[in-house]
Amino acid sequence: MASHYEAPIRKPLVLGDKGYHDVSVDIAAPVEGRANKEWWIVFSIALAAFLWGVGCIIYTISTGIGTWGLNRTVNWAWDITNFVWWVGIGHAGTLISAVLLLFRQKWRMAINRSAEAMTIFSVIQAGLFPIIHMGRPWLAYWVLPIPNQFGSLWVNFNSPLLWDVFAISTYLSVSLVFWWTGLLPDFAMIRDRAVKPFQKKIYSLVSFGWTGRAKDWQRFEEVSLVLAGLATPLVLSVHTIVSFDFATSVIPGWHTTIFPPYFVAGAIFSGFAMVQTLLIIMRKVSHLEAYITVQHIELMNIIIMITGSIVGCAYITELFIAWYSGVEYEQYAFLNRATGPYWWAYTLMMTCNVVSPQVMWFKKIRTSILVSFIISIVVNVGMWFERFVIIVTSLHRDYLPSSWTMFSPTFVDIGIFIGTVGFFFVLFLLYARTFPVIAQAEVKTILKSSGERYKKLREAGKPLYQMPKTTIVKDAGSGKDKKSNENK
Amino acid sequence: MASKVIHAYYDDDDVLMQAVKKVKAARHHIEEVYCPFPVHGLDKAMGLAPTRIAITSFMYGCLGLAVSIVMMNYIMIQDWPQDIGGKPSFSYIENMPAFVPIMFEMTVFFAAHLMVITFYLRSRMWPFKKAENPDVRSTDDHFIMEVEVHGDASGLTKLLKETGAVEINSVEK
Repeated sequence: MASHYEAPIRKPLVLGDKGYHDVSVDIAAPVEGRANKEWWIVFSIALAAFLWGVGCIIYTISTGIGTWGLNRTVNWAWDITNFVWWVGIGHAGTLISAVLLLFRQKWRMAINRSAEAMTIFSVIQAGLFPIIHMGRPWLAYWVLPIPNQFGSLWVNFNSPLLWDVFAISTYLSVSLVFWWTGLLPDFAMIRDRAVKPFQKKIYSLVSFGWTGRAKDWQRFEEVSLVLAGLATPLVLSVHTIVSFDFATSVIPGWHTTIFPPYFVAGAIFSGFAMVQTLLIIMRKVSHLEAYITVQHIELMNIIIMITGSIVGCAYITELFIAWYSGVEYEQYAFLNRATGPYWWAYTLMMTCNVVSPQVMWFKKIRTSILVSFIISIVVNVGMWFERFVIIVTSLHRDYLPSSWTMFSPTFVDIGIFIGTVGFFFVLFLLYARTFPVIAQAEVKTILKSSGERYKKLREAGKPLYQMPKTTIVKDAGSGKDKKSNENK
Repeated sequence: MASKVIHAYYDDDDVLMQAVKKVKAARHHIEEVYCPFPVHGLDKAMGLAPTRIAITSFMYGCLGLAVSIVMMNYIMIQDWPQDIGGKPSFSYIENMPAFVPIMFEMTVFFAAHLMVITFYLRSRMWPFKKAENPDVRSTDDHFIMEVEVHGDASGLTKLLKETGAVEINSVEK
């Protein structure tokens, strides 16, 4: 059929001789099977890290923020670094599912589910930091627009920190709804395959009774499209607002108008790197190499390279504008950033973020799974240091040379960060065992145009379907089954 | 009203699409088609009206924008105006640039969530709702066409067989 046509030059997105039923079997396999030893080992490590983090959080809250390495000059360090890092990672998911949906990129379908899961889990980690940083997290509801008990004094809607509250909570909740709506047909598939009563019950509950009527699908597609249209500006707004936390202040090194696009590019950059890290492992462990192909890895590498280059341009623009502005505080801030006592962090950031993705220009490298994996981790190390450089180097030399100082984290700073990494992996590992990790209903829609089996059939000039040779006829009234061969 | 319907099972979307067109052409009423994935053009072939859910989303978005303006006007301008950073809060319009992020976020928040809630309720989906697909295979690789039977079922059965159904079930509904 013409609707399934795709240019032969396009490489198949689903490898192997796969029909519709094979897709269901492959996607349901990790959910229906049992966890192997490696899963338990990695899960135990992640859980231990998470519990260590919980301990550090309890220590911080019961003792106070003084347990961190902050001082009067560097009064904002790892907490906000980690917050921005996690929020940034949380940008790839919605970008993949929303922006790539609007651009009709079919390759998104193999990776969007996991990328969205990653988004939600990393935004949860990000959200922890401002709440812990409040010192008295039981008063966290004070950020909501409610009058406090001393009168009708409200929250300040002029503050970028309050914009953050609205942006992050809107982003988290809309991403969650987008993710869950897409999950309904896939949960329903697992529900209808389940044989154990407990599994059947759970997947019935989470699939919200998805039935798959033609009208449901019509609405489903429209809802997905509108959500994608809403989520696209939303993604861009969230990191823009996060960058306003810095850009609206008057600290040299923060007070720059380039921050919003620069932060958004950096967020997409680090988010894609994290998706790459997770999926390279997942395709192997869950045997999904036929769906998450080397072509997918290559395409993600190209996005990493492009966004890495945008980030590189932003770094250089910042330096140029600092010089060109003629403001000596600005000039000093950037000179000090590159050559001052934190030169090593700056060099690390430049190497990891600007230099390392440039190797992706070579096809051999961007199609190498091992190199892609290493680069994806290098990029996220680099992106963590980018935030550290922006935050700490801008603060550690303030207007009074007598208060110039350095920052060194305590074990609590490190523990909370490691704890969030552990928490993230705990959630992701649980997800990988219980959720349909690939949007199988969507993959089925592209199977005839982009599946290897059907591409071969089309090239051979054969039809993509065959009329069945036999029809089973059942009558509920008579209870008799008869086979007919009429429509041969 | 106890009526009799025939469930015709197909295992291919192209076969299904042709079958839907043939059954429609034979002037039978297709009650429902259950699909494991969206089949493009099926809604048109079945004669379903286009969905209006995007319009509801637009209206919800407008509502969100209005709520954010009313809320911030009351909080920042009417109830407790303050002079923050040398910028006194006496007029919503003059202070609006600072309110744009929240106006945007609340527009998106309302448009997205209320549209999804509308979708769930219109398509009758919520936790603990029982699924209504007639066969478990309809979420895997089978498409089920539900056709109403008026009078003699044998002609319809024959037609469905010709359209390439792999299985035909008559059921009381």
